[in-house]
Amino acid sequence: MAKTLEYPVIWLQGATCTGCPVSVLNSVSPTIKNLLIDEILPGKHVSLKFQATVMAGSGEQVITAMEDTRKQHKGGYILVAEGAIPTRSNGRYCSLGERNGALVPIADRAAELGSDALAVIALGTCAAYGGIAAAAPNASQSVSVPEFFRSTGINTPLINVPGCPPHPDWFMGTVASVLLMGLPESKDLDEFGRLKSFYGSLIHENCQRRAYYDEKKFAKKLSDEGCLYELGCKGPVTHADCPNRLWNGGANWCVGCGGMCIGCTSPGFPDLVSPIYQKAPDVALPNIGASK
Amino acid sequence: MSRILLDPVTRIEGHLKVEAYLENGTVKEAKSTGTLFRGIELILHGRDPRDAQHITQRICGVCPTSHSIAATFNLDSAFGIADRIPDNGRILRNLILGAAHLSDHILHFYHLAALDYVDVTKVAAYDGKDSALNTVKAFIERGELGPFVPRYEGDYRFPAEIDQELVGHYVQALTVRRKGQEMLAIFGGRIPHNPAVVPGGVTEAPTVDKITSFLWRLNEIKDFIDNVYLPDVFTVAKTYSDYFEIGRGCGNLLSYGNYDLDGTDADYLGRNRLMKQGTVSADLRLEPVDPDKIAEYVTNSWYEDSTTGLKPAEGLTVPTENWGKGYSWVKAPRYEGKVYEVGPLARVLASYLSGQPAIKTLVDSALSAAAIHPQALFSVLGRHLARALCAKVLADSMGDWLLQLKPGEPVYIPYEIPDESKGMGLVDGARGALGHWIEIKNKRISRYQCVVPSTWNMSPRDDQGQPGPLEQALIGTRVKDEANPFELVRIVRSFDPCLACAIHVMTPKGRTLAKFRVG
Repeated sequence: MAKTLEYPVIWLQGATCTGCPVSVLNSVSPTIKNLLIDEILPGKHVSLKFQATVMAGSGEQVITAMEDTRKQHKGGYILVAEGAIPTRSNGRYCSLGERNGALVPIADRAAELGSDALAVIALGTCAAYGGIAAAAPNASQSVSVPEFFRSTGINTPLINVPGCPPHPDWFMGTVASVLLMGLPESKDLDEFGRLKSFYGSLIHENCQRRAYYDEKKFAKKLSDEGCLYELGCKGPVTHADCPNRLWNGGANWCVGCGGMCIGCTSPGFPDLVSPIYQKAPDVALPNIGASK
Repeated sequence: MSRILLDPVTRIEGHLKVEAYLENGTVKEAKSTGTLFRGIELILHGRDPRDAQHITQRICGVCPTSHSIAATFNLDSAFGIADRIPDNGRILRNLILGAAHLSDHILHFYHLAALDYVDVTKVAAYDGKDSALNTVKAFIERGELGPFVPRYEGDYRFPAEIDQELVGHYVQALTVRRKGQEMLAIFGGRIPHNPAVVPGGVTEAPTVDKITSFLWRLNEIKDFIDNVYLPDVFTVAKTYSDYFEIGRGCGNLLSYGNYDLDGTDADYLGRNRLMKQGTVSADLRLEPVDPDKIAEYVTNSWYEDSTTGLKPAEGLTVPTENWGKGYSWVKAPRYEGKVYEVGPLARVLASYLSGQPAIKTLVDSALSAAAIHPQALFSVLGRHLARALCAKVLADSMGDWLLQLKPGEPVYIPYEIPDESKGMGLVDGARGALGHWIEIKNKRISRYQCVVPSTWNMSPRDDQGQPGPLEQALIGTRVKDEANPFELVRIVRSFDPCLACAIHVMTPKGRTLAKFRVG
C-alpha cells in the first residue's frame, strides 16, 4: 500500500463566534468525518493538529502540540486562521494559553504560526476582512488576518474564504484545491483574495428571484413574493455562488427563504451593507441598468 | 497549593481559561476566565433596531438561532407586536429553534463531551464489519492521531466493545446533527446565522413539501434520540456513576422556559411554554422568575467598577484596562444577589416541579432507571441527562407543531418602528436563560444588552466574593491525577460553555461610523 501523505493543519481561532467551524461541520460531501478521519483525496490525509472546537486534549498539552507542529513542520503546514485579530493594548483582548506565566495574545500566536506556515487560509469574513469583530466602533481594534500580516511583514501566501459563515464547500474546495494543485495563481483569485471559482459572480446574476427584478415585481413587505431589492437585499452587490450552490445540503438559502442576502461575503460587512433592511444604492449591472 | 491551568479549555464554544488551586488533591479555589472580548453590543449602538437580529446571531455561531429568537422577541416587544405574531410565525419559530436545539444537544454530548469518557484508540482492536469503524481503525493505523491525541490519559472505563460502539455513534451523530441543521434551513434559510426569523414573524412560508421534508428529517433524529442518544447517556451514567456526586454547583437554578404554545400573552414569562419558567432552589422549591431581580456585577471583571450592580435594562458596561482588578471578560449576573445556574437542568426541573406531564413522566422514569433522587441531578451526569431529556421531549413535540402549520396563511405581520421604545426578549437557548434588552431612540438602538447562559454559568466572583456556578462546581472536587485532571474538564463541559456569548459590552457613547472603501 502506498504511503499516505500527511498534511498537517493548525486551526487558530481569534476574534470569532465559532460559526465558521460549525458551518464546516455541516459539509455534506465530503463530510467532516471524511476530512478528519479518511484520506480526503486518494493518498492524502489532513492531519488536524490543533482545532480547539473538536480536539480531545486541553490546556498545556494542546498548546505544546501546536508549538511542536510549528517547529517540526516549519514551512510545511497549513494555517487555517478563523476570526479577526484584536490589536488594542498589544492584543490583550484575545489570548490563548500562557507563556512564562503571562497570557499569550492571539496576535502573537498568529504572527508566529503565520510566519512558519506553507500557506494560510483566512476562513470567514472576520479573518478575511475584519467582519463583525471589526465592525464600528471596533472597541478591540480588530483587523483582518491579511491586514495583520501586512502590518507585521509576514508574506506567507494567503487565500481568503469569506462568508459569515463561509459555505462548507468553499472551505473544503479550497483545501482540496491546495492539496491537488498547490497554491492558487494570482489569476485564480479576485482583487479581494478570494477564489474566483466560488466568488466570481454576483448573487443577483443567478438569483431565483431575478425574473421578478427584470419584471420590476418587488416585494412590498417581508414574506411577499417578488424581488427583495427594495427591502434591502444586497444580492446585487455581493459576490458568491449561493444561488446555485444553496445551503445546508441544498435545503434552502437566504433569498430562497425570503430573508434576503445581507452581503456577508463582502469586504466591509457588516458596516458597508447596512442598515440591512435599507435599499442599497442603485447599481449598474450588466444588461440591466439601474432599477425602477 | 498546586495549580492546574486549563487554557484553552477545548471542545466548548470560545475562549475559556480555567485555573484550579489544589491542596492535598482537592480544589480549594477555582477561577473561570473568558479570554476574548469583541464588544458586540457596542456595535449595535446607533444601528437600525432590525439589524439586531442579524448582528446578535454573530455573538455565537454555535447558538445563533437562540439569539435570533431572543432578539426578535425583544424587537416584537419594543415594537408592540409581541402578542400579535401569526400562529404560523410562532410555530415556525418554534420549529426553527427546536431544530437548532436538537442539533446542539447531540453535538454537545457526542462531539464536545464524549471524548472525556470514550477511548477512541480502542478502535485499533476492532475486528468487525462496520465500515465507519474500519475507517477509524485505518486512521489509527496510519499513526497521525490529531485531533484525538494528545488527551488526558488514564480514566477511560469502558470495555473495548463499548468504546467501539460509542465511537461508531460519535461518527453517526455527526450526520444526525447535520441533518438537524438541514431541517432548520428548510424554514430558516440557512444555518449558522438564519435570515428568516424576523420581528413580526418569519419570512418563509410553510408549504406541504417543506413540512414533509422537515418531518422525515425529524423522524430520523427522533429515532436517534430514542434508540442511541438516551441509551448512551445511561451507559455513561452507569459506568461513571460517581459523577452523580461530582460537580454539584451552586444549587440555584433559573429558567425562562422555551417553545411558546400560545402567543397571545405579551409577557414572555407568563406564556404557556413547553418547557417552563421558574427558579428552583436546592430543596426543589419552584418560584416565578422576576427579571427585575437580575443585576450584573463587575468587581472581578475587566469593566469599570462604577458600572457594577446594574439591571440589564439599565446596563452600562465600560471596559477597563486596569488588568490588576479582575480576572475575566465575563461579568457576574446574579438573581436577588445570589448565584444561579442556567441550562437544561434548570428547564427540566422547573418543568418537573410545574407538573409538565411529559417531563414528569420522563424524569420519574429516568430517576428510577438510574436509581437516584432528584437532588442527584445537581451534578455532571445530571446536566447530561437533563440535556438529553430536553432533546427527547422536544423531538416528541415537534411533529405535532408541524401539523399545526397552515399553508397559505400569514407568517408575518408588518409594523412601524417606534421613535422611542423599550423591549425585553426572554427565552431559554440550548444552554439556558437568554435575555435581550433594547432601548430605541429616534428609531435607532440607543442601548442593547444581552445576559446570556454562559455569562451566568461561567461568571467570575461577584462584589460579595461569591464564586460563579462553574467555580462553585469545581471547588471541593478531588482530583485523582493532577497531570490528567479528568474531573475538572468533565465538570466544565457538563455546563456546555459558550464563551463568545458570555462576553459582551454596551456603552452609552455614540458610535463613529468607520469609513470603508471598496475596490
